Amino acid sequence: MSAPVLAFDGLSIAYRRRGRWHEAVSDVDLAIAPGEAYGLVGESGCGKSTLAMAAMGYLPDNARVSAGGIRIAGEDLAALDAEGLRRLRGGTVAAVYQSPGTALNPALTVGEQIAEVYRLHRGFGHRAAWDAAAAMLERVQIPDGHRVRNNYPYQLSGGMQQRVVIAMGLAGDPDLLVLDEPTTALDTTVQAEILALFEGLRAELDVALLFISHNLGVVQAVCDRVGVMYAGELVEEGPAETLFHDPRHPYTAGLIACIPDFDAAGRPLRPIPGAPPEPGERPAGCVFAPRCPVARDDCRGTRPPLAATGPGRASRCLYPDDTPAVDRGAGAATGTHAGGGTGDAVLRAEGLHLTLGGVPILRDVDVTLRRGETLALVGESGSGKTSLARVLTGLARPRAGTVSRSGRGGAAVQPLQMVFQSPDGTLNPSHRIGFILARAIRRLAGLGRRAARERVPGLMRAAALDPALARRRGGQLSGGQRQRVAIARAFAGTPDAVVLDEPTSALDVSVQAAILELLRGLRDRQGVAYLFITHDLAVVRHLADRVAVMYLGVIVEEGPADAVLGGPCHPYTEALIAAVPRGRRRPSRPRLTGTNPGPAARPAGCPFHTRCPHVMDICRTEAPPRREPHAGHGVHCHLEIPALPRPAG
Amino acid sequence: MTRFVLRRLLLLGVTLLVASVLIFLMTSVMPGNVGRIVLGPFASDASVAELNRQLGLDQPAALRYLQWLGGVLTGDWGRSLTLDTDVLPLALARLGRSLLLAGYALVLLVPVAIAAGVAAGRRPGGWFDRLASVVGLTFGAMPEFVTGVFLIVGLGVGLGWLPVQALPDEGAGLVTWLRHLLMPALSLVLLLFAYLFRMVRTGMRSELAADYTRTAVLKGLPRRRVIRHHVLRNALLPTITVIGAQLGWLVGGLVVVETLFRYPGIGSLMEYAASNKDVPLLAGCALLITGVFGLANLAADVVYAWLNPRVRHALAGA
Amino acid sequence: MPWRVLEPLRRSPALAVGLAMVAAWLVTAAAAPWLAPSGPTVSDYGALSQAPSAAHWFGTDEYGRDVLSRVLFGGRYVLLIAPAATLIGLVLGAAIGMSAAYFGRWVDEVIMRLLDAVMAFPIVILALLALTMLGGSTGNVVLVIGLVFAPLIARTARAAALVEVRREYVQAARIRREGPLYVLAVEVLPNIRGPLVVEGTIRLGYAVFTSATLGFLGLGVQPPAPDWGLMVAENRALLTSAPWTVLFPAGAIAFVVVGFSLMADGLRDLEGR
Ligand SMILES: Nc1ncnc2c1ncn2[C@@H]1O[C@H](COP(=O)(O)OP(=O)(O)OP(=O)(O)O)[C@@H](O)[C@H]1O
Ligand code: SF4
Ligand code: SF4
Ligand SMILES: [Mg+2]
Repeated sequence: MSAPVLAFDGLSIAYRRRGRWHEAVSDVDLAIAPGEAYGLVGESGCGKSTLAMAAMGYLPDNARVSAGGIRIAGEDLAALDAEGLRRLRGGTVAAVYQSPGTALNPALTVGEQIAEVYRLHRGFGHRAAWDAAAAMLERVQIPDGHRVRNNYPYQLSGGMQQRVVIAMGLAGDPDLLVLDEPTTALDTTVQAEILALFEGLRAELDVALLFISHNLGVVQAVCDRVGVMYAGELVEEGPAETLFHDPRHPYTAGLIACIPDFDAAGRPLRPIPGAPPEPGERPAGCVFAPRCPVARDDCRGTRPPLAATGPGRASRCLYPDDTPAVDRGAGAATGTHAGGGTGDAVLRAEGLHLTLGGVPILRDVDVTLRRGETLALVGESGSGKTSLARVLTGLARPRAGTVSRSGRGGAAVQPLQMVFQSPDGTLNPSHRIGFILARAIRRLAGLGRRAARERVPGLMRAAALDPALARRRGGQLSGGQRQRVAIARAFAGTPDAVVLDEPTSALDVSVQAAILELLRGLRDRQGVAYLFITHDLAVVRHLADRVAVMYLGVIVEEGPADAVLGGPCHPYTEALIAAVPRGRRRPSRPRLTGTNPGPAARPAGCPFHTRCPHVMDICRTEAPPRREPHAGHGVHCHLEIPALPRPAG
Repeated sequence: MTRFVLRRLLLLGVTLLVASVLIFLMTSVMPGNVGRIVLGPFASDASVAELNRQLGLDQPAALRYLQWLGGVLTGDWGRSLTLDTDVLPLALARLGRSLLLAGYALVLLVPVAIAAGVAAGRRPGGWFDRLASVVGLTFGAMPEFVTGVFLIVGLGVGLGWLPVQALPDEGAGLVTWLRHLLMPALSLVLLLFAYLFRMVRTGMRSELAADYTRTAVLKGLPRRRVIRHHVLRNALLPTITVIGAQLGWLVGGLVVVETLFRYPGIGSLMEYAASNKDVPLLAGCALLITGVFGLANLAADVVYAWLNPRVRHALAGA
Repeated sequence: MPWRVLEPLRRSPALAVGLAMVAAWLVTAAAAPWLAPSGPTVSDYGALSQAPSAAHWFGTDEYGRDVLSRVLFGGRYVLLIAPAATLIGLVLGAAIGMSAAYFGRWVDEVIMRLLDAVMAFPIVILALLALTMLGGSTGNVVLVIGLVFAPLIARTARAAALVEVRREYVQAARIRREGPLYVLAVEVLPNIRGPLVVEGTIRLGYAVFTSATLGFLGLGVQPPAPDWGLMVAENRALLTSAPWTVLFPAGAIAFVVVGFSLMADGLRDLEGR
C-alpha cells in the first residue's frame, strides 16, 4: 500500500477556554490512502471540524495538538515552517467549507479567485491562469465558464458558488480535498447535483477526499470508508457498504435508529437517551457508557481500544457483538396515524397572494388543515413555505385572499400557534423559562397570574423537560431543550393547530428524533393538527398524513402522503424524491436542468417549465390544469395522468 | 448610474426642503419675537413692531415661508441686519475660505487615519493598536477649542513653531498659508481621527475574521497578498461613507475652530450672526452649510456605489 | 457579590480608569462649596492676572477671580446639564427608534426621513440656531442638547431593535396577540439595553462636549457664571499673556470628556464579547 495522503497518528487536540485546556479530540488514528474517499460522521461538537482544521494545519489560536501528530503526504506538519505550510495548502491539500456564500471574496470575480491558485501553485502566467479558470469552471459543470468567470460571487446561486469553491480547491491539483459539510447549506436538489459532481470528479481525477457530514445518507453516497466520531473519539471505522448495515458499535447503531428512513416509514425512531458529554467532563471508561443500552460494569472502568472487528473494520467497544441490530422497519408502510384528517377544517385559507417589496411571494395559494391531521409542506428554500406560515399565523398580511381559523376556544384564544426553525432566537434571552411559559399560559389559556404559574411545571413535564429548568434563561439550555420550551409555549393553551417551521433542521439527529417523538406524542394525545414545514422527505414519510409541494409560491401538488410520494406525481416532486440521499443508490435521473430562478423572475405558464425534464411547448405559455390521479390528490401539470412520472422506489 | 445619482439628488432635495422648513421654523416662528430678540429688551414696543413689519413678520407664517423659499431659490437670500450687505455673496465668499480649511484637514486626516486603522487592525492588542486607540479616545472626545487651546499653548506660545493667527497677511505664498492653517486644521483632524480610525480598524478585524479570508489563507496565499488583495478592498469600502458622514462634524467644528483662531470663514460668520442676533444671516449660513454637507454625503454615496461591484451591477441593470 | 460588581472593572482597565476620572469630577463638583478657596465670582483686586502660586493654585484672571474656584464651581453646570440632556435624548430617542423598528413600513419610512432631515444639520449648527432664538439658559441648553441627541440615539435604538423585532420570540408574542407596548417594553427593550447603555455613556461625554462648545460660543449660561467653555472664550485673548486662565478650564473639560470616553470604550468592549 502506498503512503497515505493524510494520517492522524494518535492525535489529540485541546482547546483553552477560560484558562483551562479541554480535550476536544482524543487519540484519533486514521489514514486516508491516495484517491480514497473517507467519510467522517458524528453529532455536533464531536470534533469533526477540529480534525478538518488540523488537516490543513489551521487550528485556532486557542488550540494545540496535545499528543500525536499529523502527516500529509508523508510530511510531518509540526516540522514544517510557515513557507512549507503555505506550499502545502492549496497545493497538496485544499478545503471546501459549509457556506459557499461567505467563503468567496465578495469583491473579486470568481475567475480571479480561481486564477490566483493557478498562478501561485502551478506557476501559470496571467493569460494562462485566466483561461485555466474557465476550463476548471466547466470541469465542475458550470456551463459557459468563459462568461461565469467574470461574475462576482453574489451573482451566482448557492450551488454554483459551491462549485466555484470546489473549482478553486481543485485548481492547485491537490492530493487531498477536505470537505466540511459541503452540502449542508444547500437544497436537497442542489445537494444531489453536487454529490453527482463529486462522483464524476473522483472518476476523472486522482484526488482523495476527507468528507465530513452529519448526514449519514450523504456520506454513504460519496465515500468508500467511514469513521464514526463520538465525544472526540473515533469509535468505529469500516467500509461504507457494511458499516451502516451491520454496525459494530452501539453508538453507530443508536445513530441509525434515530434517523427517519425514507424507505422504511413505519419504523419508530429511537432517540439515544441523555446527551453527549462536554469536553472536560468525559467519563473515564468508555465515553459512550452513560448512554449505552448494552453497557456492562467493566465498560466504566477501562477505556476500550480501537480494536479490529473484521476485515477493514474496527470498533472502540468492548462488546461489539452486543450491538443492537438495525431495524429495517419491515411491515408498517406509512407514518399515518389513526384518526388523522377526518374532521372539519380548523384552518382554511383561500386564494392567498402575498407580495413583499414588489416581489410576488405567494400566488393563489389554497390550504386546508383538518382537525387532527398533519399536513407537510415541502419545497426548496425560497419557495415561500415560511411566508405562507407567516400569513396563516397572522404575522404577514396577504394582498388578497382569506384565512379563517375556527377554534375550539372561541375568539379570545388564538387557535393557531407556531414553532420556529432556529432554537437560538426562539426564546427571549432576557427572561427565565418560567416567566416565558407563564406568560404564554396567561395569554393562551386565559388564566390569572397565579394559576398560570402553577401550570408551568405540568406544561414542562408534558414537553419532557425537567421543571427545575424553569429558573434558567434560554442561553443556559441546549438547542434541543430550547426547542422543547418553544413547543411547550405553543401548547400553553389548547391549540387546534400548530405550525412547525422546520423545527428540527438545526438539531442533531438524536435530538431531532426525540423532538419528533415528542411532537408525535402530543399530536396523538391532544388531537392537534400540524402544518409541518420541512425539506426532509424522510421526516414527511414518517409523520405526515398529507403533503403539499410548493414551488415559487405556488402549490404544485397536494394530496395524501402515500399517493404523493408513491406517484404518479408532479415532475418537481419526482425531482425532490430523486434527490433524497439513500445510501449507495445512484441519484436517479432525470435531474433538473438549470437553477431556481427565484420568485422575482417566476416564469410564465407553468412556473417549473425552465427546469422540468418533461417540458412541452404548451407549458411555456399556459398555466397547467389540475389533474387528479387519486381522490383528493391534485397535480398541476399539463401531462396526462398516465404520463405523470412515478418516483423510482 | 445616472438614474441612481438623480434619485439621490431628488432625495437630497427633499431633505433640504425639510431642513429649510426647520430653519425657517426655528428662526421665524419659534416662541419669542424676532424683533425683540434683535433689538433687545430695552427697545420700545413701537420700534419692535416696526422692525417686525419691515421683516414682513406680520404676515402669516406659511406665506412668509413661501416668500423666503422663493427668494432662496432665485438667489435672493435676504439682507444682513448688521452688515450692510446681501447674505448670499457674503456667505459664499466665506464658504470658500472654510472649504480650504476643511479640505486641508481632510487631506491630513484620511491617509493617516486609514493607515493607522489598517496597522492597528492587523495586530489587535499590539502596542501600536493600544497607542493609536488611546490617542484617538483622548482627542476624539475633546471639543476642538480645547484641543486648539492646547495646540496654541504648546506649539504656538510655548515652542513658537507655528503662528497663532490663522489668517496670513495679504498676498502670502502657499507655504505661509499652510503654516498658518496648520493648527486649526490639526484641531479638526485630532477630533475626527478617532472615529475614522476606529471604523477602519473594526473593518480590518471583521474582514480578517471572515470566511473568505480563511479561504485565501488555505489557498496558500502569502499573508501580504491575503491582506492587500483580499482583505483591504472589503475593509476600506465602508470608510467612504464614514468620511462622508464625518464632514458634518467637520463643518460643525469649523464654527468653533474659526472662532478660536479668528479665521474669517463661514463658521465664524455664523458665530458672528448668532452673537449679534442677525437672523437672516444666521438662516442663510445654516442653509448653505446644510446644503454643502448634503452634497458631500451624496458624493460619498455615489463613490461607494461605484466602487462596490454589487451595487454597481444592480444600478447598471436598473 | 461585591466581586461580581467589580468583575467588569478588572476585565476592562479603560472602564476602571474612566469611571475613576468621572467619579473624581463628580466629587469635586459636588463638594465645590467646601473645596474652593473662594466663591466663583469673588474678585481680589489686589491680585489681578496672577500666575499660579501657593495662594491661588490655578492663578487668577483679569478680574482677580480665583481660577481654581471657578473651575471647581464650573463643574456643577456640567453635572446638571449632561445627565439631564442625555436622559431626554435617551427616552425620546429610544421611543422613536423602537417604534420605527416595530411598526416598520411607512411609519419607519416617515420617521427615518424626518430624522435624516434633522441630522442633515451638523449638531453644533442646530444647537446654535435653536439657542440663538431661545436665548441661553441652563434649561434651554438641556432641552436643546437633549433634542439634538434624540435622532442619533433613535438610530442606534432602531438598528438594535430591528434585529430583535425579527427574532422568533417577538413573532411568538405577536402570534399570541401581545400589544405593541408589551412587545416593545418586555420583549425588545431588555435585549437592547446593552447598546443603549453604551450609547448613553457616549452621549454623556458628548453632552459635556456640546455644552462646553455652546458655552464657548457664548450661547449657554451667561457671564459671569463660571462655565468652563465660557471661561475659555472670555480669556481667549489672554492666551499668550495669562495662559492659565484658559488652560485650566480647558483641562477640566478634557479631563471629564476623556473620562466618559474611556468609560464608553470599556463598556463597548464588554458589550462586544
Ligand atoms: N475555537 C474553539 N475554542 C474552544 N472550543 C472549541 C473551539 N472550536 C471548537 N471547540 C470545541 O471543541 C469541540 C469539537 O468541536 P468541532 O467544531 O470540532 O465539532 P464538530 O464535530 O465539527 O461539530 P459540528 O457538527 O457542530 O460542526 C466542541 O466541544 C467545541 O465546543
Ligand atoms: S464499551 Fe461498553 S459502554 Fe462502551 S459502547 Fe461498548 S458496550 Fe457500550
Ligand atoms: S406543466 Fe409542463 S413544465 Fe410544468 S411540470 Fe408539467 S410537464 Fe413540466
Ligand atoms: Mg463542524
